[in-house]
Amino acid sequence: MADLSNTFAGIRTPNPFWLASAPPTDKAYNVNRAFEAGWGGVVWKTLGEAGPPVVNVNGPRYGALLTPDRRMLGFNNIELITDRPLDVNLAEIRQVKRDWPDRALVVSLMVPCTEQAWRDILPMVEDTGCDGVELNFGCPHGMSERGMGSAVGQVPEYIEMVTAWCKQYSRLPVIVKLTPNITDIRKPATAAKRGGADAVSLINTINSIIGVDPDTLMINPATGGMGSHGGYCGPAVKPIALNMVAEIGRSAETAGIPISGIGGIGTWRDALDYIALGAGNVQVCTAAMAFGFKIVQEMIDGLSNYMDDKGFRSIEDFRGRALKTVTDWQYLNLNAVSKAVIDQDKCISCGRCHIACEDTSHQAITSMLNGQRHFEVMENECVGCNLCVTVCPVPECITLRTLAPGEVDLRTGQVVSATPADWTTHPNNPMRKTPAAATA
Amino acid sequence: MSTMPPSTPLAEAGPDIRPARLAPEQYAAHFADAAPRYSRTQALVEAERCLYCHDAPCATACPTGIDVPSFIRRIAEDNLRGAAKTILEANPLGGTCARVCPTEELCEQVCVRTAQQGKPVEIGRLQRYAVDAVMDRPVSALFQRAAPTGRRVAVVGAGPAGLACAFGLARLGHEVALFDARAKGGGLNEYGLASYKTAGGFAQRELDWLMSIGGITLQCGWKLESAAQLQALQREHAAVYLALGLARTDAIGIPGEDCAGVHDAVDFIATLLQAADKSTLPIGRRVVVIGGGMTAVDAAVQSKLLGAEEVHMVYRRGPDQMGASDAEQDWAQTHGVTIHHWLAPEAILGDGGHAVAVRFARQHMVNGQLVADGTHETFAADMVFRAIGQKLDTRVLDGVGLELKKGRIVADVDGRTTVPGLWAGGDCRSGGRDLTVEAVEDGKRAALSIHAALTVQATLSAPAH
Repeated sequence: MADLSNTFAGIRTPNPFWLASAPPTDKAYNVNRAFEAGWGGVVWKTLGEAGPPVVNVNGPRYGALLTPDRRMLGFNNIELITDRPLDVNLAEIRQVKRDWPDRALVVSLMVPCTEQAWRDILPMVEDTGCDGVELNFGCPHGMSERGMGSAVGQVPEYIEMVTAWCKQYSRLPVIVKLTPNITDIRKPATAAKRGGADAVSLINTINSIIGVDPDTLMINPATGGMGSHGGYCGPAVKPIALNMVAEIGRSAETAGIPISGIGGIGTWRDALDYIALGAGNVQVCTAAMAFGFKIVQEMIDGLSNYMDDKGFRSIEDFRGRALKTVTDWQYLNLNAVSKAVIDQDKCISCGRCHIACEDTSHQAITSMLNGQRHFEVMENECVGCNLCVTVCPVPECITLRTLAPGEVDLRTGQVVSATPADWTTHPNNPMRKTPAAATA
Repeated sequence: MSTMPPSTPLAEAGPDIRPARLAPEQYAAHFADAAPRYSRTQALVEAERCLYCHDAPCATACPTGIDVPSFIRRIAEDNLRGAAKTILEANPLGGTCARVCPTEELCEQVCVRTAQQGKPVEIGRLQRYAVDAVMDRPVSALFQRAAPTGRRVAVVGAGPAGLACAFGLARLGHEVALFDARAKGGGLNEYGLASYKTAGGFAQRELDWLMSIGGITLQCGWKLESAAQLQALQREHAAVYLALGLARTDAIGIPGEDCAGVHDAVDFIATLLQAADKSTLPIGRRVVVIGGGMTAVDAAVQSKLLGAEEVHMVYRRGPDQMGASDAEQDWAQTHGVTIHHWLAPEAILGDGGHAVAVRFARQHMVNGQLVADGTHETFAADMVFRAIGQKLDTRVLDGVGLELKKGRIVADVDGRTTVPGLWAGGDCRSGGRDLTVEAVEDGKRAALSIHAALTVQATLSAPAH
């Protein structure tokens, strides 16, 4: 039986599934329900300074990109940090931690970029008995206009400075939550590490506008006839987040820093993606907001059964395994040749592969044989691009076959070489390394 | 099954035929839409199942060639007007066809989702969803009439073929004089379908919508009864399109057919469709329907829906030869109709001049021949419906010069008959499967053919420059 227990940034939890700092973790009522459902930890919704709390709009806070049967592909919000008084939140955090000692309770923080502001709030938070803090340098709407959230996260020097203050004025583990609204995720991650962060978490939400109402030609959703950009999350952002997680794991400056993976996680399969790319745990929000807290039970069960099937006893047994398979384009083996193969027994003859290839790719799939609709790969045209595989509605109907060394690639007439060769040495590359330079 | 010696008195107290067998609210439920219109949610989810196939088999299978993937994608994009236009461009009676087409033998039969999921995209219901959405709007929201040509074409018969032809000609700028023998236009749409297929007076709504293109005059109660009438039409019009349907029903040719309580199924179906209050319609407690086609199913099922307790639908051949599709047979059986095969009607037994039972001879197929095996089945009946097919009344065509084949008019796929200036289509044309959708295609093609012919004439007769 797989052991899902997990230690992240020194915080031990029964499973790697945490709820992200967001509406589901705004108060004791929700967090208690989450822990009852089985979540391993929560990051309490971001606290701000003492004093009058922030206010939210009184119109729509959320918007979504939906499939026709109204499954959520992407989700957008303009909710701010907690709008409840600081002392109420602190009191609730204290009580919840006391009631759930085996679960992680990390507190998200966002205060102005002054040393005093951080110096004031950190002792109050530490005093609750919570397990750590997460610095919200990611929220891209509202608070960023006031110099907080992603406005900090977009300036690596600020990240380093604030992180260092937190390490100075608190003994708690510090997790720095990164914004994806930057050009190179390695820069803020490096800054966090330099500041002494115990971990980074990513991604926060992406600047987004959901759409326009076709009748009013207004941004949608709108409150009082206007809208502002929100933060985008949900299944659609997962590939973006995965790349950023991998970038941090691959970068020499940041490799090894614990990563809490966030973005589009709704199933154990999503969690697996993050963990295999190096994340130490995962945080979930959108899926819980769509389906409620119970989904953690299917996630735990699914990951546990997967690990049993694969013989993994702990998460560490497979964490980061896929990261080794991520590289730069220039190092991809150009001598590896793939060809699409259509399993005629599985083919339902929709013709989607043909039209996709014919109109937009390499004209490598037939549409007719003896006057009958028939779809078959012409290997002499196929470049192995995978488009047909992705548009085919039938799982495993079209697959890519990798040619064995010695086989002839019918498209090029070349014999497939067993020796890998990449762009760095390719004759067409004007910057190619000569064998001498390569060995030098 | 009640099998009894024919000498036994079957109905001591006379036939049990009466109206109002059901509570009033049951009639409304029984004759409501068989497959109600999709909600928007249902339509969007079903539309999402369409894979937008390349060279889509459904479009090829449609006799009118509707671009099915395109109209479904328009539904998915909330463009119902575009979806409806895609349908109606290919099939102006797309609303009726959406309701009555045997889709399980046409577009839906070849849907690739069947291979993948065991269930085709419900193309018919999606089509209805799209067309119904524009039926409350004027035709001009979708189609504009071409400039008037000044040519007049007569169309005889305002059923699916005649309406499709008239609509096509009117769109092209011609004036159309449309004639129909019945009190209302619509043909079988109005008089020949089960009520639950075109509930809500859809046939007339569709007819009104098509007529609103302009340039079509409909004269009802005009019956083609002689060749002279037809020749007069030819003199007065640039072309004549015959969409006569199959109006004649013949007797089976067995003893007892003159008994009271024996009816033609088509008359029963027409009466049902026209009756505002179905509770006034008398129905027998026990009904026997003779025949195996869609008309037989419509009569049998509606007998049940009117409250008949026992309905036997009896066909002389096997299930594979039945005109009714598998889905129609299932529909009949789930409504409590008992279907019998391999029974040839032999006699209608009467008592006091009223039918009380029908005797059938059991037969088998032996080397391609139907052979009676000498045994019999007798079903008690208060009412008997004949649904053995209709014919073209060819007597009215004597002397016109039309070539006939198996009692129907010979014409090419564009409707051109052997007589110049005379086109024919729909059920009265030789060939085809007697489907509404094929009648529509006939009418659509004939309109284009007539238009082409009139255009050539106009060019030839134009003064040279």
